[in-house]
Amino acid sequence: MSKSGKTYHRADEPIFWGLFGAGGVVAAFATPALILITGILVPLGVLQLDYASVNAFASNWLGKIILLAVIAFPMWHACHRIFHAMHDLKIDTARGFFKLFWYGMAFVVSIAAGAYLIAI
Amino acid sequence: MSKRKPYVKPMPANWFMANRFHTLYMLREGTSIFVGLYSLIMLWGLAALVKGEAAWNNWLGHMENPIYIGFHLIALVACLYHAITWFSLAPKAMHLQKGDQKISDKPVVVGHYIVFVIATIVILGFVAWGGAA
Repeated sequence: MSKSGKTYHRADEPIFWGLFGAGGVVAAFATPALILITGILVPLGVLQLDYASVNAFASNWLGKIILLAVIAFPMWHACHRIFHAMHDLKIDTARGFFKLFWYGMAFVVSIAAGAYLIAI
Repeated sequence: MSKRKPYVKPMPANWFMANRFHTLYMLREGTSIFVGLYSLIMLWGLAALVKGEAAWNNWLGHMENPIYIGFHLIALVACLYHAITWFSLAPKAMHLQKGDQKISDKPVVVGHYIVFVIATIVILGFVAWGGAA
């Protein structure tokens, strides 16, 4: 409570915007190459991602950090943009629910990726 | 009840179609759907990796499905469009000064493209030369 009697709430937007920004950087610099590899070149047989190599990469702490970064940050980026695009599309019902839904989804994906990486 | 009846300008949900700048803005925001879906596909692959070699090869098999290859082609274009818009906005987001003057936009944007090319070569080279092994 301030002197004026009003309750001030600290905005949570900087946290989400920070994660959105980090995801935007990863999605711009790394994701195009990753989509090209896992989604196009490996399925077409141009490159290989054999189990032993990928498992070795994911067993290394640096590899774990890289994998977590390329999975989690772009998810926060996407969920932030989709949440705000709903407003742009004039879908303004249940803002509180959808905020929890989208950021919650990014949170769950981040935790799941972290848990899988710890399990390897 | 107020007798006031102010005019509220109607705004249809497809407002962004009327103006090219707004259309490109919504297209940029739309690229995030593909970015998010690709994160989920990678999480799926990671889950398969944890399960073992058979599950990993099964995931690789799914990726060979023409529907997935088609999705990834569209996702690649979407992601590249995101990258172009991101690099164009970079000088507006980061305020770099040289003395009292803000440095011009062009070297900042060009710098981003150079880093993009290097990053792409490093990632592709890492996988191609078996760097993961």
